[in-house]
Amino acid sequence: MEKINTKIPKGPLEEKWAHYKATQKLVNPANKRKLDIIVVGTGLAGASAAASLGELGFNVKVFCYQDSPRRAHSIAAQGGINAAKNYTNDGDSVYRLFYDTIKGGDYRSRESNVYRLAEVSGSIIDQCVAQGVPFARDYGGLLENRSFGGAQVSRTFYARGQTGQQLLLGAYGAMMRQINKGTVALYIRMEMLDIVIIDGKARGIVTRNLLTGNIERHFGHAVVLATGGYGRAFFLSTMAMGSNGSAIWQAYKKGAYFANPSFVQIHPTCIPVHGDYQSKLTLMSESLRNDGRIWVPKKKEDAEAIRNRIKSHRDIPESERDYYLERRYPAFGNLVPRDVASRAAKERCDAGYGVGSGLAVYLDFSDAVKRLGIDTIRERYGNLFQMYDKLVDEDPYQNPMMIYPAIHYCMGGLWVDYELMTTIPGLYSIGECNFSDHGANRLGASALMQGLADGYFILPYTIQNYLADDILTPKIPLEHHAFEMAEKSVKEKITKMMQIRGKTSVDTIHRKFGLLLWETAGMERNRQDLEKTIQEFKALKEEFWSDIRIPGNDHELNPELEKAGRVADFIEIGALMVRDALSREESCGGHFRTEYQTEDGEAMRNDNDFMHVAVWECRGPDHEPALHEESLSYENIKIQTRDYKH
Amino acid sequence: MDFILKIWRQQDSQAKGKFETYQVTGISPDCSFLEMLDILNNRLIDRFEKPICYDHDCREGICGSCGLYINGRPHGPDSAITTCQLHMRRFRDGDTIIVEPWRAKPFPVIKDLVVDRSAFDEIIMAGGYISVHTGSAPEANTIAVPKVKAEISMDAAACIGCGACVAACKNASAMLFVASKISQLAVLPQGIVEAKERVRKMVARMDELGFGNCTNTGACEAECPKGISLTHIARLNREYFAAKLL
Repeated sequence: MEKINTKIPKGPLEEKWAHYKATQKLVNPANKRKLDIIVVGTGLAGASAAASLGELGFNVKVFCYQDSPRRAHSIAAQGGINAAKNYTNDGDSVYRLFYDTIKGGDYRSRESNVYRLAEVSGSIIDQCVAQGVPFARDYGGLLENRSFGGAQVSRTFYARGQTGQQLLLGAYGAMMRQINKGTVALYIRMEMLDIVIIDGKARGIVTRNLLTGNIERHFGHAVVLATGGYGRAFFLSTMAMGSNGSAIWQAYKKGAYFANPSFVQIHPTCIPVHGDYQSKLTLMSESLRNDGRIWVPKKKEDAEAIRNRIKSHRDIPESERDYYLERRYPAFGNLVPRDVASRAAKERCDAGYGVGSGLAVYLDFSDAVKRLGIDTIRERYGNLFQMYDKLVDEDPYQNPMMIYPAIHYCMGGLWVDYELMTTIPGLYSIGECNFSDHGANRLGASALMQGLADGYFILPYTIQNYLADDILTPKIPLEHHAFEMAEKSVKEKITKMMQIRGKTSVDTIHRKFGLLLWETAGMERNRQDLEKTIQEFKALKEEFWSDIRIPGNDHELNPELEKAGRVADFIEIGALMVRDALSREESCGGHFRTEYQTEDGEAMRNDNDFMHVAVWECRGPDHEPALHEESLSYENIKIQTRDYKH
Repeated sequence: MDFILKIWRQQDSQAKGKFETYQVTGISPDCSFLEMLDILNNRLIDRFEKPICYDHDCREGICGSCGLYINGRPHGPDSAITTCQLHMRRFRDGDTIIVEPWRAKPFPVIKDLVVDRSAFDEIIMAGGYISVHTGSAPEANTIAVPKVKAEISMDAAACIGCGACVAACKNASAMLFVASKISQLAVLPQGIVEAKERVRKMVARMDELGFGNCTNTGACEAECPKGISLTHIARLNREYFAAKLL
């Protein structure tokens, strides 16, 4: 238990970060040049961290598996980024953003980290505007805001439906500038396969060059993981095809604790599944819920007629439409948080009111088009409507969209303290791959905020507090025994996978595993199924290690080999997710245990027994992982049951 | 639906490539082009053959990874989409489909349909940004940007760096790619300070890397999945001449 030291600074909440910054240790410019920092991942968190650390004068090495750092999956975020600027004069403040984030996370996140996030949110917008991010503006030339789920103020800044892209290109530009200056070295098409620990500290990584298959060693005085979420464990998700959990999983196996693995976000507005050949799901931004109204038919027979293509949405008069979110949650309506909206869609579809294939609901813009005109809708959502039209072959200006929830984001991740350091000294985890800010449910437009907060404004401070003690540590030679051992184990795993030469493709096993995970640890969970799944996962793991087939060899570009390594880890991550879901006997945020619900189907949280972070420790392949708890206390916010009805 | 595919196979950058013919059957019209290739790859794996390599990642038209030259057009027969957004309903049952990598000297083939586009990163590295240290930015609303300018900037900034413009151009010119970054930053007050240096450096780097010249055929604009307009190339030229002459 000793390792769980949150290092939360003392003092009042509003003064913690200022106090920390004023008293932390710093590294002077001459010494910064002597220190190497490895950053893995080039999404918002990784790129912003690499750029900022390079500007400070550290030697940074940054790695991505894509062919360019600009392609990291942050680029796909659509709707926007939150910041407590209160430009709309509607009562926003740092405290309000903090409050909404804690409440939206269902009281399962850490007060001090969330407050700091809200505190630096405004600086992110300043930074991005200065970089030339083309945010939406009004006719006076100042920044526009829109509203988003889980908040009653408009605090979301956006660049059409491509906010993630624009913010990422801003951070990428800043990083490319440092690469040009020589403070940052870029390694593309490289995948981190292991982490190197020397004398208890993270001191480097082992990578595979995806083009040549070469296994390479890299030293760093500190290692920063910014590798995103593990949602692709489910096979079908809104994640990129290459998104994976392997970096954080190797860290976990080497001693970094993993927090709340079962807290996964299911996004309510995605394009429904349409076939068994499908490879991924496409998100339609939550911002659409600002102007779109979600409904299904009131009568089951109407829904059935629509499913059988006997009727269309046009045949259902206004009085026969059930705007179920507006009905159930009058105060927030279509803007309830994601977990609530997702479950409500599932409830209607399971009850037989779904449209399309049966697993879909309508998201209808006809009222908004009438109210605002088609031009305004086009300006706000043009690219999203185009994307829908191209994918589904149906014009959303004329017909309502059909949507259904899908796996989208991981609130869980590596456990980190206030300094964003994991339980391995010198190993940091930033952005989606840590657990710290979103509790059991993330609010829309907060992922971009967190990624950039960690990378631009938090890590560049906190990492110095650690490195200040390391200025006399010389670079450790790559011949060191620990590097050798890490490389050996990486090579053994690759050889083992190549030699199986079984009958089944990696995708086939991944699909089977992902579907099982979705059914038991997706929108609803229960003890019986979770227990059964643990056994089924064991069988699948066995099948993977005895029957996968990887053509080609390991010293060439071999996507099947890359996938195999990731899926091997997903199967293990999935097992920890299920174990975590099983041990949390309550419903909170994205974690809904059917045993723990009210009569009208709302989540029943258990603050007496579960107001804590579940922190898992790996104890080797032959032992069950150990569960530790970081208890959460709320001194600055009243704990209440989330209520979006009143 | 059934298709005959003629796909470029090349073991590595040094090897000689050639077209291989494959038949795929029983494909749903709602299947995406890449999902159709997934199906073909799974069948190749069943036969213990090497699957076809191609770049792809987000599969929602924004990361810019995918890029196939399909029946003589970058990203295939549909307009304003990336390859991952192309669906088989755009073809006729029984069609023969020719699939090639981007063909441009600055984008050498790595394997099969995978090419090396790091030249684009190098152009950005030369100056495709506004130099602002983390923490040194002024309060965001002290910089007012006329809405019209902000919209032009966003139109240009929509570039995903896929390289279709280069692949479509008979000269393998990267002018549309460079113009999109130049234009995004040139119309914003924040970008004006470095505007001249930026355009000089980016164009010089583009030339060094072996991209050809623009002869205003407009093929890039026609094939750009994000509909980036030739007017940005006009702005690039104006910015470049101003930087050179003034």
